[in-house]
This record gives sequence, C-alpha cells and structure tokens, in this order.
Amino acid sequence: MEKYHVISTLVENKPGVLQKVAGLFTRRDFNIDSITVGESEVEGLARMVITVKADDNILEQVTKQLNKLVDVIKIKDISKNAVKRELCLVKVNIPNEKARAEIIQYVNIFRAKIVDVTEETLIIEITGDMEKINAFISLLKGYGIKRISRTGLTAMSRGV
Amino acid sequence: MRGGEAIIESLKKMGVETIFGYPGGQTIPFYDMLYDADINHILVRHEQAAAHAADGFARASGKVGVCLATSGPGATNLVTGIATSFMDSSPVVAITGQVPTHLIGNDAFQEADIIGITMPITKHSFQPRDPDLIPSVIKTSFDIATCGRPGPVLIDVPKEVQEGELTKFDDNLIQTPGYNPTLKGNPRQIKKAYNLIKEAKRPMVLAGAGVILANACEELHEFVHLINAPVMTSLLGKGAIDETEDLALGMLGMHGRKVSNDSVNECDLLIAIGIRFSDRTTGRLDSFVPDSKVIHIDIDPAEIGKNVSVDLPIVGDAKNILNQLNDLFKNYKVSKDVNEWTSKIQKRKQELLPRVTYDDVPLKPQSVIKEISEVLTPDSILTTDVGQNQMWAAHFYDAQKPRKFISSGGLGTMGFGFPSAIGAKVACPEDVVVSVNGDGGFLMVCQELATVYEYDIPVIAVVLENRTLGMVYQWQSLLYDRRHSETKLGHSPDFVKLAESFGVNAVRVEKPGETKEALKTAIKDNEAVLIDVVVDPNEALPMLPPGAGINEMIGEYKLEKDVI
Repeated sequence: MEKYHVISTLVENKPGVLQKVAGLFTRRDFNIDSITVGESEVEGLARMVITVKADDNILEQVTKQLNKLVDVIKIKDISKNAVKRELCLVKVNIPNEKARAEIIQYVNIFRAKIVDVTEETLIIEITGDMEKINAFISLLKGYGIKRISRTGLTAMSRGV
Repeated sequence: MRGGEAIIESLKKMGVETIFGYPGGQTIPFYDMLYDADINHILVRHEQAAAHAADGFARASGKVGVCLATSGPGATNLVTGIATSFMDSSPVVAITGQVPTHLIGNDAFQEADIIGITMPITKHSFQPRDPDLIPSVIKTSFDIATCGRPGPVLIDVPKEVQEGELTKFDDNLIQTPGYNPTLKGNPRQIKKAYNLIKEAKRPMVLAGAGVILANACEELHEFVHLINAPVMTSLLGKGAIDETEDLALGMLGMHGRKVSNDSVNECDLLIAIGIRFSDRTTGRLDSFVPDSKVIHIDIDPAEIGKNVSVDLPIVGDAKNILNQLNDLFKNYKVSKDVNEWTSKIQKRKQELLPRVTYDDVPLKPQSVIKEISEVLTPDSILTTDVGQNQMWAAHFYDAQKPRKFISSGGLGTMGFGFPSAIGAKVACPEDVVVSVNGDGGFLMVCQELATVYEYDIPVIAVVLENRTLGMVYQWQSLLYDRRHSETKLGHSPDFVKLAESFGVNAVRVEKPGETKEALKTAIKDNEAVLIDVVVDPNEALPMLPPGAGINEMIGEYKLEKDVI
C-alpha cells in the first residue's frame, strides 16, 4: 500500500548533490513529494528531508538506491516517530472588514502569524505538519488566496 | 609539475599503461604534456570508440580502462560508452577536458555540463578545480570504479587546472564516508543458505557477471561440483563456468538455451550469484521460478528484491561468500534426489543441444559461429556487437574461461563489438581476439579500421552480412506480420574494399568452411583482418516474445541430434 514516508538523509554539502538525489528519483520513477535541504550539525554535511509516496517495495528501493550514491552518508526512515513541520506563507484577499476579523480569528486559532498587512491583502505565516497547513488553507479559500508558498516538510526523529 | 602532468603521473602510479583518447581544444595542455610522457595513447577515430575500447580493456583484464576526450562534443560522444559500462558494471575512468573555470556557465565554445549529463550513468564524478587535487581525485576515482560493484567514474578537468602548477603531489584517498560496500557475506545468512541447499531436491545455480567481476569462477566451479547442481548463466555471466562442462547448461533468457529455459522452472531452489535478474534473463516475472525458493547473492543490496522476490539474500562479494559456502560443503555427500535431478538435466542438455551443423548457402549464422568455435581456443577472446550477431554468438559459442566473452548486455549498444575488441587486444596482446558484428553495427564504428591499422592491433572483425538490421527484422517477421519497416539496409558498402581502403586486409566468405580458413590465416598472419561473411537474412533465433514466461519460447528450436 502506498503511504507517505519521511526520509532523513545526511549528505555531503557539495554542489550537485541535490541534483544527484533529485535525478535518482526521476530516473527510477520514484514519486518525490517534497525535499528540503539545509546545513546540518556537522560541518560540511547537509541534511535532506525527503517525503515520498511509496509502498514498502518502492521505499526499500528508494533507500537502497540513495545509499549507493557516494555523497549520501546516512539514511533513516523517520515516518513513525518524528516532529514534522512545514512553513507556509499565504497571501489572502480581504474582501471586507468582516472577513478581516474572521481571518484574524483563524490566525489565532491556528497559532499562525500575520507578517504583512495592506488594505486589500494579508500575508500569513503558518508552521505545522501538512494536515494543519492544508486545513488552514482550505479555510482561507473562500476569501480568495492570491499566493501560496510552502517550504516542504522538514522533520526530526524524537528522543535520543 | 603541472595538472596535466599530474594526471599522467597519477595514472602511471595506478598502473595504467595505455589510454584511449581523442584530443580537442580544451585538452591541448594535457596532450602537450603527453607528448613527452611514457604512457601509451591510442588515438581512436571517434570518442565513442575510446569509451568502448576502455570498457573492453577493463572487461578483458579486470583492470580499470581509461578513456579521454575533450569538452563539449568530445565528452558527449563518450556518453554512450559510459552508459554501456555503467549498465554492465565495468570499471572505466573517463577523463574529459572542460572549459576554463571562469567560463563555466557562460555557454563558452564547446562547453557542456558533462558532470550533469552523466550523473545517472556514472558511479561518481569529480571536477577538480585545483591542480593539487588531481592526484587524490584520480586515485579515488580508481578506488570507486573498482570497489564493490564496479562502474564508471568521470573526471572533468577545466583547462586551466591542466596548466596550473601543483604545490605538492598528494595522492591521499578522498574520504567517502558514504561509500562502504559490504564485501564479506554474513555468516548467519550463509549458514541458512547451507541449510536451504541441503534441503533442496532440485537445486540450480544461475551465475551472472558478478561472479566474473569478483574473480570467483574457480570458487563457483568448486561450489557447483560440491553440491552437484546444474549451472546456467546470464549473457554477461558467460565464461563464469566452462560451458563445455557437463554441469553447465548455457545461457538462460530471451534467447537462452532451450535446456536452461525449459528446466529453470522445475527447480526447487535457485541459487543466483552476481546477477541482477534483467528482464532479458527472466522473461515475465510472475512466471519465473514460481515454485522455487531463491537465494540471491550480490554485492549490491539494491539488486536484492528489485525484480525477483528472494527467500534468502546474502549481500557481499561472490568470491568471499562462495569460499565460505565451499568450506561448509567440504566432504558433503550429495543426496540421491539431487544426483538424479542433475543427471536428468544433463541428459536433457545432450538431447537439446542446438543445431550448428549446416551446409547451406547463403550460410547459416549458426554454422559460422561453429566454425569460429572450432578455430578459437579457450584463451581466445570473442567480443560481440548487439543484435542477432550477439545472440548467435551467445547462444552457439561455448565460453570456457572468464573475461573471454565480451558483450554489451544491459545497454545493448550497437557499435560496441569492434572497439571493445581493440581494448581487449590491448589488454591481452597474447590472446587471439575476434569480434562478431552485424553489418549494421559495424558501420557505426568502421572508422576504427584506421586505428587497428595505425597501431597494428591484430583484431579479427567478423561481419555477419545479411543486409538487414537483423534483430528488429526478426521481431518484425515474427511479431509484426513481416512488415519490415526500415530494417532492410539495401545497398551496403563492399566491406572488403572498405577495409582495404584503410589498409586492413579483408576477405569475403560465402561457403561453408571458408570462415574457418580465413580465421586460421588471420591468426597465422597476426594482422588485423575483416572477414565479411554473407549469411542468410531470414534465419531467426528462437525467442521469448515480450511478456512471455521463460519457458514459452517461439520459433523453431532446431536440434543438433536431428542432423547427426
């Protein structure tokens, strides 16, 4: 059965590594859902968090094929027990004053933040897992969303 | 010492004596330094041939083959050859020139992102931006190309790095913490394998190129005799076991020997070693060994369970694992069931030997391969091109030693046969080297006749001339209602005159017995020769149609016993 998996990988922080990883997914016909990259706690190494929709067989191939890349140092499937977060910026229309009040309420409920205000629009910054962000976006749809910019999921396994 | 000199020095330190290459604008500094260097360079006539020759060299010798090209079009001309060696796990180091660093990204003349282009077809690649890095980069490239599952590595050297002075010659290996292939088989898994083999009543072994790459052929020989199991091979596994042995059944797969294809599904245990279960080897997967347990031994964990589901995986080097298994099977008494099974299969093998005896004119390709077999010795090297010629050779030629049958398996690259023979001959100058080609593939690389003449490389190029693109023609005959769309070559060159125009001797063969004579003369003269053999274009190989199971071959399988 296909499920979303979150894979955390430690890679060499060198040019071309992202291309290699992304290229591998294309070539092997794996479905990459999101990928985030940034420096890790070790100098010279970056952490890549990849979400992939796959069944167990494909997931095994994804892991093994990634492992074959010389620049990939460590791979861990952290789907089960991890803190998962995504950051999303939404620019939403304000059709009227009533709408403004409603949106501010939603922002408070979702513990989001308003980071830019004009007479016609708001930019809202929200972090959370994918479901939370999807729920927030669907609430705003009625007001007219002008732009969405999402970072993709980053994650960290819980505990030691 | 400058960068280019460091390349040469590092290659020499790695034991390289010969490189195959073609100069160009961005490798002029390197070639200037090569002018005074004591390393052999073979100037091919197309970069693709340099890559194939390096590959042929690697396959014949087990050492790294090195090819070299300039930036842009020179580098992209290597791509087919690099992809070929990647698919067949051949250790090749490809060195390309690159535009000077300050021009990279500017669409400079003859600039191509060759690192990006070759990313999916190389094991790894480097672009040293500092001459000091060159010795380490070359040493590490050789290490990566050969360690674990072998494969090609590309080194892209910007022009000014070739010219720059080194401050020190430091060839420490670059740390690659992400690359730790498992070499030693897990003893617990090996013990489990021992038990599975002990319980099996109808075991069979399927050997792939991994056995040859691991230099584990003697161990395989010992293993199959200890457990008395019949052995099949993949196309690239040919030579892993002496195919004239009773236990060896021959190739399995789309154009496999009937005895292998018919028998494989009868086994109750398949021991697959150094093989990736290509679709050309297994046929339809859900009807491949449906009732059998599978032990899969491979150095690449990603191959385990990729195509065929496996009951017992063992990751590691085939030589190491076979040695451990052989230790367990010392003094092992083979069960009566297994002995009966194996004699039954051996008897079947004799019954189903394919027909090679013909006296037809135009010649049957089978009889041409038979004549080649009669002249060659176990130490001779046979390379093939791709298509019908390859399958005639693979099906009817018995390889007796490893690294003596060389063919483009995974990628199926037309034009591979002749240049890979050049590489093989350079690697093994004492051995007779024959390449079997079709007229289609040979024309893709016939310019290399100039190379063999210039460097006096006595390879024998057999061209099976049927004036068709035979394999596709055959598919069209069998599966597309004989609609031969664009597979008739029509007017072909006069291959004898073509060779002669390059200064290479050539002979046309049309009758039985003439191939043999031409080969004998060629071997005696020890000169490059082209033998143009006119064969019957309508002779087809038995085959598995696409989507068919391994034992569902179509086409008449003619038997030798019916003529003798």
